[in-house]
Amino acid sequence: MTQHSRDLSRRRLLFGGAAVGAGVLLAGCTSNEQQPTEAQTKAAAPGGNAEPGKRVTIGFSAPAADHGWIAAITNNAKAQAGTYSDVEFKTVEAGADAAAQRAALSTLISQKPDVIVLLPHDGKELNAFGLEAMKAGIPVVNLDRAFPDAKAYRLQIKGDNYGMGVAAATYIVEQLKAKGASNPVIAEIAGMDELELTQERTKGFNDTLAQAGLKVANRRAARFTADSGQQEAAQLLQALPKIDAIWNHDDDQGIGVLAAIQQANRSEFFMVGGAGSKKAIEDIQADNTVLKATVTYSPSMASSAISLARLIGQGRGMSDLVELQVPKEIILASETITKENAGDYVKLGF
Amino acid sequence: MSDSPPTSTAAPERGAQLPAQSPPVDPAETALAGEKAAAGGRLSWWHGEGGEGARRNLALIGVLVVLIVIGAATRSDLYSNPDWVWDNVLSILKLASVVGVVTVGMTFVIIGGGIDLSVGAIVALAGVWCTTLATQSYGAGGMIFSALTVGVCVGLVNGLLISYGRLVPFIATLAMLVAARGLAAEISDKQTQVSDNNFINGLASNNLLGIPLLVYILAAVVAAGWVLLNRTTFGRRTVAVGGNPEAARLAGIDVKRHTVLLYAISGLCCGIAAIMLTAQANSAQAAMANLYELDAIAAAIIGGTLLSGGRGTIIGSLLGVIIFATITNLFAINGLTTEAQNMVKGGIIVAAVLVQQVQFRSLTQFLGRNRLTTT
Repeated sequence: MTQHSRDLSRRRLLFGGAAVGAGVLLAGCTSNEQQPTEAQTKAAAPGGNAEPGKRVTIGFSAPAADHGWIAAITNNAKAQAGTYSDVEFKTVEAGADAAAQRAALSTLISQKPDVIVLLPHDGKELNAFGLEAMKAGIPVVNLDRAFPDAKAYRLQIKGDNYGMGVAAATYIVEQLKAKGASNPVIAEIAGMDELELTQERTKGFNDTLAQAGLKVANRRAARFTADSGQQEAAQLLQALPKIDAIWNHDDDQGIGVLAAIQQANRSEFFMVGGAGSKKAIEDIQADNTVLKATVTYSPSMASSAISLARLIGQGRGMSDLVELQVPKEIILASETITKENAGDYVKLGF
Repeated sequence: MSDSPPTSTAAPERGAQLPAQSPPVDPAETALAGEKAAAGGRLSWWHGEGGEGARRNLALIGVLVVLIVIGAATRSDLYSNPDWVWDNVLSILKLASVVGVVTVGMTFVIIGGGIDLSVGAIVALAGVWCTTLATQSYGAGGMIFSALTVGVCVGLVNGLLISYGRLVPFIATLAMLVAARGLAAEISDKQTQVSDNNFINGLASNNLLGIPLLVYILAAVVAAGWVLLNRTTFGRRTVAVGGNPEAARLAGIDVKRHTVLLYAISGLCCGIAAIMLTAQANSAQAAMANLYELDAIAAAIIGGTLLSGGRGTIIGSLLGVIIFATITNLFAINGLTTEAQNMVKGGIIVAAVLVQQVQFRSLTQFLGRNRLTTT
């Protein structure tokens, strides 16, 4: 009996010790320290808009999604605000959905900011908030996900989803023509299919391919995550034993897509990405994968939104334009990054 | 002969089948009873209680065959190439491997009378934890160690909350689902963490004797799960605890401790799955393994695991996972949309449960009455 209990206590001691050790080791493993990536800011050049003006308070809200692009949006906005001595930056967590974001925004209004920069969970659902804020005399800068009502914003700045599809298809058509491929097999890996932006991207892609007399042979929708990208790509490769070109909508999920391609030992085609992540641009520059190009949808728009919000708050126009006020709508062009110009874009990768 | 009592009425039939169950067929008895009894002996697994799991699994294999036949009929150009077919089988198994490992753990929890909604979140947390730069600096060993430890620890927390905190499993694991994804997002700073470890990434790209390593991992976990459930006291106790916890307690089983261990097993499976998924995607992020809890529960249920506990098989769950993977594959090779695929998946879940409610015995009786079977 005593022998037994001593054994037991020794076992407990060993087990407990191992558990404590494991805990200490694990806790040490959560660090993600690395060189801080340079945020996409534009340092104030002397003269013009850079001249310090009236002090402006900018309120900012963006969803807390688990995605590199949204994280880059928030980081860029914060960093850009930091480059101005005359800007006070107030950010509110947008929570998990449109309702939570609406609640957070009402606390922001009570703090009386001069301008609000807002990336809504859903443009349609937060349209009413835009109207309300504008009526209260606070200009709203609507970032990326568009309010349908033009009275709900002072400035709308967004990426071009349809244009992304157009740019990707244009590059693919060009390359296939250069290779002289007959009856090329084109595949598409989309992002979350229920989002409007995915449908716009696909429409731009299909429209442009159709003009060249081509169409998509097979299309799978992933979920903007690397693991879903890998799974859908693996099945897509299985469905098409020979492919000439693939467009993958999103570079974050592209990590998984590239993994699936490498796991299947396939390399007879080339791939075009989407968004323009740092890793994708580096891969294109190194030219050692099937990824040969990516079409941008850059989170640098958040930095520009902050700069323009500051000008709106100060009642100034853009110094290079003739108009005395900031324009009402800005749509970023979707640019195509290839090996030739990757060097210029790598600093904009997120 | 069709209406003679021994074969066509229920009560004597069940009595007659019982002795014939464990030793296949007694030769003397067969000789005496003649042709009729021989036929009954041959079909004893079909009529008897003991063969119920086998019958269910056979039905699942039937579904699988149907799916493959549909695939072969719709894409005969692909199926005519044997190399492609072999590749396709492997790709289905690779697709099933991660969810398969999660489902083995889930099957234990459900048989034991619980439910674990946090498995997808645990996979994400373990995946993110094992791909931080700090963990990656310890190499593959450190990554595997931290993924498994994180999985087991989270499982233990689930188990302790449920058995000693007396929380309903649904609530406890729902809370863990939210919390673990939150912690994963916090650790990863919402970024996709790329794995640079060649050993880990190689798990998904390397083959041994022509079969991917991921498939071996799945096979090993399934085999271990099968032995644990069917050939150990632990497994029998799991069935007892799930079937009737009060009776199990009175029989001297430490139900609370046992429940904690079941959730720890589920957590361990999630840790293993996290390594496999990280290997497949060469990366991890907080949103990974999205809705795996539902995939695993659905697979376990169509595999014949009773949601209220006390019954279930590992092989059935594995077949369930493989069926779902085959559906995904079937839709992909035909270029159909994910929406249509999800609707079919939903239909199959409902159909499987409906079929399980139809007693197989009454079906065979029906067939016998209408002279549709050989007896």
